Amino acid sequence: MQVTEAAQVTQGAQVTEATEAARLRAVAAAVPDPELPVIGLGDLGVLRGLRLLGAGRVEVELTPTYTGCPAVEAMAGEVRRALLAAGAAEVEVRRVLAPPWSTDDITAEGRRRLAAAGIAPPRPLGRAPVTVPLLPGPPGEEHPVRCPRCGAADTELISRFSATPCTALRRCARCAEPFDQVKER
Amino acid sequence: MVPEAAGAAGTTAGTASGTTEDAALALGDDALVLSHRLAEWAGHAPALEEEVALANLALDLLGQARTLLTMVGDEDRLAFCRQERAFRNVQLVEQPNGDFAHTIARQLYFSTYQELLWEQLAAGDGPFAPLAAKAGPETAYHRDHAVTWTLRLGDGTRLSRERMQRAVDALWRYTGELTRPVAGLAGVDWAALAAGWAERVGATLRAATLTVPEAPARAVWSAGGGRQGIHTEPFGRLLAEMQHLHRSHPGARW
Repeated sequence: MQVTEAAQVTQGAQVTEATEAARLRAVAAAVPDPELPVIGLGDLGVLRGLRLLGAGRVEVELTPTYTGCPAVEAMAGEVRRALLAAGAAEVEVRRVLAPPWSTDDITAEGRRRLAAAGIAPPRPLGRAPVTVPLLPGPPGEEHPVRCPRCGAADTELISRFSATPCTALRRCARCAEPFDQVKER
Repeated sequence: MVPEAAGAAGTTAGTASGTTEDAALALGDDALVLSHRLAEWAGHAPALEEEVALANLALDLLGQARTLLTMVGDEDRLAFCRQERAFRNVQLVEQPNGDFAHTIARQLYFSTYQELLWEQLAAGDGPFAPLAAKAGPETAYHRDHAVTWTLRLGDGTRLSRERMQRAVDALWRYTGELTRPVAGLAGVDWAALAAGWAERVGATLRAATLTVPEAPARAVWSAGGGRQGIHTEPFGRLLAEMQHLHRSHPGARW
């Protein structure tokens, strides 16, 4: 009987721990991206993991969108602050590179939020690696980048690099509005 | 001050001719120095979009440099406290920005090399594979940027073509060093890299109506050059600007 009771206690502790980890993960996932604040780190796909190490210690794994993304340090600080406020005693944020972040890691909710904020979401890559043609050719017609404001498919690239490394600057031919697009990678 | 960062404590196996740290230092210095050169365009680029693009390229390279130099030791000490002879970057990346055509020719030569190198390293399972897989797609955009401008300037006006050709010729002598084996970098097929580089750069220059230089791709006086710590005159001035604040106020923090 004692063995069974012990097993039940262990199981109970595991459930509590799993619930606690899920609660803290939701807190970290809700932290807004410092450069695209309309989207949380969870929907952006940069929150790779969260583990409880015991005694209130939490380890978080973040992956940068771009190698040189200057927002990673701000993200780490915000995640630490949010988790401490949510009851964690100690937070360690680790930066992981592999597997590399892809725009496919942005969730459907994340894409919806980007579009609602006037930022064209990246087109799906599937698992195919990104290919940038060796010489620029005519723009691909199968998956046009649509204007996030009016929905027109007739948009043109102004610059591959916009306000952040992860976005390109485009302009809509119909409504003439310039807009950012999260570029595929 | 770090006298010679190569051979730092805790070295791991690379190849017979060098350690992983030797290779990380060489690739990290390439990225750091080119990042600094590109950042010099801030406030001087020909158009706002280009200003932002060049800063973005610099930022990507700085991220690569930080990852690579951290594999060797303290990134700040390595960047700000080493003397010129301790840097292992290729001589191409330290060449001055010159006119915009020079910057673009330098970008074309280097990004084509770097994209091919990341492709090979990402396909392996060595210590650089995670970074290579991450940086590869970024570098493809760098190369795309350089190709687009090379075509526009080469196949542009008489003046833009003349200046682009001048830049292509002037920097050619620094390109041979790009495909020389890097000590400590295992699993790279350098002959294939050199062939791929010549093919891609040649195709771009021809499409831009430019002439592929026939001159030697390596200056006789600089044999191994940057990878052995031998640098060209402009590098001293670059380091002076990059390091003077840190050296003037050691330990200062924001």
